Amino acid sequence: MTFHVHVRVMPRAGLLDPQGQAVETALHALGFSGASEVRIGRSITFGLRAASAEDATAKARQMCDKLLANPVTEDFELRVEEA
Amino acid sequence: MFRAAVIRFPGSNCDQDVLQAAARAGADAYYVWHQDTDLRAADAVLLPGGFSFGDYLRSGAIARFSPVMQAVQRHAEAGGLVLGICNGFQVLCEAGLLPGALMRNARLTFASRPVTLRVERTTTAFTSAYRVGQLIRMPVAHGDGRYTADAATLRRLEDEGQVVVRYATAADNPNGSAADIAGICNASGTVVGLMPHPDRAADPLLGNTDGLGFFTSMLAAVPAGGVR
Repeated sequence: MTFHVHVRVMPRAGLLDPQGQAVETALHALGFSGASEVRIGRSITFGLRAASAEDATAKARQMCDKLLANPVTEDFELRVEEA
Repeated sequence: MFRAAVIRFPGSNCDQDVLQAAARAGADAYYVWHQDTDLRAADAVLLPGGFSFGDYLRSGAIARFSPVMQAVQRHAEAGGLVLGICNGFQVLCEAGLLPGALMRNARLTFASRPVTLRVERTTTAFTSAYRVGQLIRMPVAHGDGRYTADAATLRRLEDEGQVVVRYATAADNPNGSAADIAGICNASGTVVGLMPHPDRAADPLLGNTDGLGFFTSMLAAVPAGGVR
């Protein structure tokens, strides 16, 4: 079976996110004064062949642990759907 | 003769600077391509600066899985000397050979200027030529140099004396690194990583040889004939 995997990687809460800060300042400058706590991460999508949804999730988690996210500075969330 | 392997990844761009600095210090320095798995009996492995794999995903994240890195890992585990400069430091952190990570500079600017460093530890393979507290000057050139680690790791680095060089003042800290950390080492001082470029301050023609000590130190760290 083929699954569609969506990984969302975000800078760990509490760590300085200068990109988020810069974008927040820009939003305020545009008049969106209500915007707060802007954080910028990355979104990664891919297809994955696996025996089951559990298998796909386990494989995707390994990919995140090894490469897609840095365990020192980032947290990730996974969404696995049947393609 | 002391043998120094300079690893080249696609996107490395300080490989020549590092090779020449090592040669100037008296080493037999040679390039090793990232797909090679043989370090050719290196005494020291030098990971140069640059933008390996275009800094895609995270700086150093992809280079860390290049075939040569398994050999570098084994070399380090056997007590071999490893120096990572700038992108090389990022690769060492991604590979887990040094703790922590290097994040986007706090002010988002690419920092390219000379800074003053204070030498904190001289009992490493790459800093024995200096005195503790010595102030040295060399350039930084990076966008992702903000040293970050969790509180426990930062405490351990301080307690165990694993901070090798620090930006001398807050004004010298170009990236917002925790505790003004510019470079660290492993527990035994055989693996060292730093963001500033000793390789760009190792030639009298450039008006500054403050960085040459990193390369002369490594020769002093291995007795003639090597330790392998």
